[in-house]
Amino acid sequence: MGNDRNTFSIKFDKVCEVLDKHECSPNKLIAILQEIQEEYKYLPEDIMTYIATALGISPGVVFGVATFYSHFALEPKGKYVIKVCDGTACHVRKSKDILQTLEKELGLSGKKKTSDDMLFTLETVACLGACGLAPVVVVNDEVHGSMTKEKTIELISRIREQERQEMNK
Amino acid sequence: MNASMLTKQIIDLEKTRENYNKACTAYKMRIVICAGTGCMANGAMSIYNKFREVIAERGLKADVVLEKEEHHHVAHNDKHAAAGESQTVNNNFLLVQSGCQGFCQMGPLVTIYPQNILYTKVKVSDVEEIVDRTLQKGESVDRLLYECHDTKHHVKDMNKIPFYERQKRIMLKLCGHINVNDVDEYIANGGYFMARKAVLEMTAEQICKEILDSGLRGRGGGGFPTGRKWELTRINESDTKYIICNGDEGDPGAFMDRCVMEGNPHSVLEGMIIAAMAVNASIGMVYVRTEYPLAVQRLKKAIKSARENGILGENIFGSGKKFDIEVIEGAGAFVCGEETALIASIEGHRGMPTMKPPFPAEKGLFGKPTVINNVETLATIPVILEMGAAKYRELGTETSKGTKTFALTGHVANTGLIEVPFGTTLREIVGDIGGGVLDDEGNNCGVDFKAVQIGGPSGGCLTKEHLDLPLDYDNLRNVGAMVGSGGLVVMNQNTCMIQIARFFMQFTQNESCGKCVVCREGTRQMLALLDEIIEGRADAQTLELLEELAETVRIGSLCGLGKTAPNPVLSTLEYFRDEYNAHVFDKRCPTGNCEALKTYRIIAEKCKACGLCAKKCPVEAIEGAKGVPYVIDAEKCIKCGACINACRFNAVVKG
Repeated sequence: MGNDRNTFSIKFDKVCEVLDKHECSPNKLIAILQEIQEEYKYLPEDIMTYIATALGISPGVVFGVATFYSHFALEPKGKYVIKVCDGTACHVRKSKDILQTLEKELGLSGKKKTSDDMLFTLETVACLGACGLAPVVVVNDEVHGSMTKEKTIELISRIREQERQEMNK
Repeated sequence: MNASMLTKQIIDLEKTRENYNKACTAYKMRIVICAGTGCMANGAMSIYNKFREVIAERGLKADVVLEKEEHHHVAHNDKHAAAGESQTVNNNFLLVQSGCQGFCQMGPLVTIYPQNILYTKVKVSDVEEIVDRTLQKGESVDRLLYECHDTKHHVKDMNKIPFYERQKRIMLKLCGHINVNDVDEYIANGGYFMARKAVLEMTAEQICKEILDSGLRGRGGGGFPTGRKWELTRINESDTKYIICNGDEGDPGAFMDRCVMEGNPHSVLEGMIIAAMAVNASIGMVYVRTEYPLAVQRLKKAIKSARENGILGENIFGSGKKFDIEVIEGAGAFVCGEETALIASIEGHRGMPTMKPPFPAEKGLFGKPTVINNVETLATIPVILEMGAAKYRELGTETSKGTKTFALTGHVANTGLIEVPFGTTLREIVGDIGGGVLDDEGNNCGVDFKAVQIGGPSGGCLTKEHLDLPLDYDNLRNVGAMVGSGGLVVMNQNTCMIQIARFFMQFTQNESCGKCVVCREGTRQMLALLDEIIEGRADAQTLELLEELAETVRIGSLCGLGKTAPNPVLSTLEYFRDEYNAHVFDKRCPTGNCEALKTYRIIAEKCKACGLCAKKCPVEAIEGAKGVPYVIDAEKCIKCGACINACRFNAVVKG
C-alpha cells in the first residue's frame, strides 16, 4: 500500500509540473494534455479531472477537447503502437490487405485495438505524409515503407522475438 | 564571445556568406545524404554512418558539419574557427544530411557535388564502392545511377533526370540541397537577405503591394490572393497582431508542407518574418500536425538558431522591431486546417470552425487581427521578393501565377514531390515527370491512367480527357476538381472509382467536427449510400438520393470541409457514371474490386471436368458431367470461394 501511495504522489507531481510550466492557462489545455500523455501514454480520467480543477474549467471541457482530437487516448496503449497508413496513396496500393494481415496476426479488430498482453496496439491513420513509400506502417515512430503481407508478418515476428529475448534476460 | 552571445549579436549576412563560401572551397566534394522521412525509413542513417566509417578507414577526411542534431553547435563553431583562419581546412569531403529531395520512390538518395551525381536506392553495401570509385577516383558507379525507363540509359547528372529536368524548382530549390540544421548554409544560398530587406528597407504597404502584384494565391487550397489577405490585416489597427503558419497538412496523399518544413525550415521562418513586417505583427506561430515529429524538431531548431543570430527576437536585424515565432503541435484533427478551427485549437478549444465574417484579418487569434498562410505560401514569399513581382508573374497562367508543388503518388513510376509552373498539363506531370502509370503488377503503361485524384477529400477526379488541360485554380474548378493543397494521386485502370469515392467519404465522415448537422449526418448517410452501391443493394433511387444529399451537404455546411465533402462523389458521378450504373443496375464491378459483386465462373477451356469443385461446393451450385466442363449457377452461389481453392487447374476465376 505504502508503495502505491508513493507512485500516486509521483504521478501528480508530474502533472503539477506540467501545469506550472503552462501557468495553469486554459488556453494551453492542448499542450498540457499532450505533455501528460507523453508521460502516461494515455489520459487517465482522474488526471483530466484534476487538470480541469487546476485550470478552473469544467471537466466536461477537458473531456470535450480530449475526445475531439484523435491524438489523445483515453485508454492505455500497448508497448508497440502500430499505425497503418490509410491515406489515398496507401489506400490505392492496398493498405487494407496490410491491415487485415495485422489484424489476423495480432488477433485484433476494429473494436479491439490493443492485445491482451499489452504488447500491441493497432490503429489506422489518415495520412503519414510518406506517400512515396506507400503502403506505410509505422511502429512507434519508426517508418516502414513499401509494405507487403510477407514483410508485415516478418516485422511482427521480429518484434515478438525481440520481446522473447528481453523476457529471458 | 560570451558578451556578444548575451546581447544577441546581429548576424552579418554578407560576411556569413563569404566565410561559408570560402570554407566550401576547401572541400573536394560534397556528399549529400537525403534525410527526409522517406529515405530515413529506407535506412538513410545507416548509409550516412557507413560513409563516415569507410571514409575514416580509407584514411580520408570528411568534415561532418553536423554529426548529430544536438552536436550542431559545436560543429558550427568549429567551422567558423576554421573559416576564420582561412583555408587551413584540409578536410577533403563534406558529408551532409539534407531534407527531402523529392524523389522518394528512388530512396535512399545520395548526391555528390560538384559533379551532380545522384545515386538511387543506395544500400549500405554500396558505400565502399562509392567511396573508392567516386570519391577517390572521380568515376561514377553506373549501376546506382537513375535508369530511364524507356531508353534504359543511365543518367549521370541529376539535373538531366526527367523527374527533375521537367520541373521548375524555385520554392523547393534549396530543399534537399542544403543542410537543414545549418542556418549558415541557408544564408550562403541567399537566405534571410529578403527578410532583412523587408525589415530594414521596405514599408508595410510596399511589401503588401509587391505580394499583391506577384499574383500569389494561397497554396493551401482556397486560392485567396495572399497580398489582399495581408492588406486587409495591415489596415486593422491593433496593439497585437499574429502571423500563423498553417502546417496542419491533413489531406491524405499530400506531403508538400512536410517536405518544406523538414527540408528548408528557414524559408518558412523567413516568409513569416516578411509577413509580419507587412502587417506589423509581433508574434508568429507555426501550427504543425503531430504526425510530423521531424518537422517539429527541425522547425524548433531553426527558430533557435534564428534567435541566436538576431533574426528573430526583440530586435530583429537591429531594427528595434520585435518578432518571435513558436511551434505549436496539433493534436490530430483534419478540420483544424480550416483557419477558424485552427484558431480555436490554438486557443485550447475543440477545433470547430466559426462563422466568417469576421475574418481572421479583423478578429482572429484571441480576437486580434491575424494572418493565416499555408507553409508553401510562406516559403514562396522570399522567392518572390528575390525575383521581383514582375518576374514571378511571368510564370504560370493568366489567373494563377507562379509555381505549385504537387505530391505525386499512387500508381505512378516516380512518386515524390514535384514543383511545376501553373499551366503544366497532366500529360507532362504523369507521363514525363512521373515516368508513366503502373499497373497492379508494376508494369509501365504510359499515360494510360483511369483517373488522377487531385485536391484530396475536397477535390475531384481528372480523367484522360483532361490530359492536356493546363492545371490552374480556375481550370480545375471548372471541371469539378480543385488544386487543394496539391495531392495528385494517380490511379490505374484497375481502380474502382466508387471505392475511391467511398474512401474519401469515409475520411470526411470521420473528420467532420459535428457542428453542422448536414455535414455530420449527411456525410454519414452518403457513406451508407455508397456502401449500398458497393455491396449490391442499390437501385436507381440510391443514385438520386446520393446526388440530392450531396447538394444539401454542400449548401448547408459552414466550413470548407463540409462544403467540399461531396466533391469526390460528384466528380466520380460525372466522369464515371457508367461505372456507377454497372454497380447499381448490373450488380457488377467493372474492375472486379468490389468483393460483394464478384461472381465465380469456370473457364471452359481450362476445366478438366474432374468434378472436385462440385464436390467441395457446400450449396451444390456447380454442375457438370464427365468430359463436359462444369458450370457455376450464379443464383445458388454463396461466393464462399471453396471452388477456387479446390481447382488444381486454375479454371475457376472470380471477378
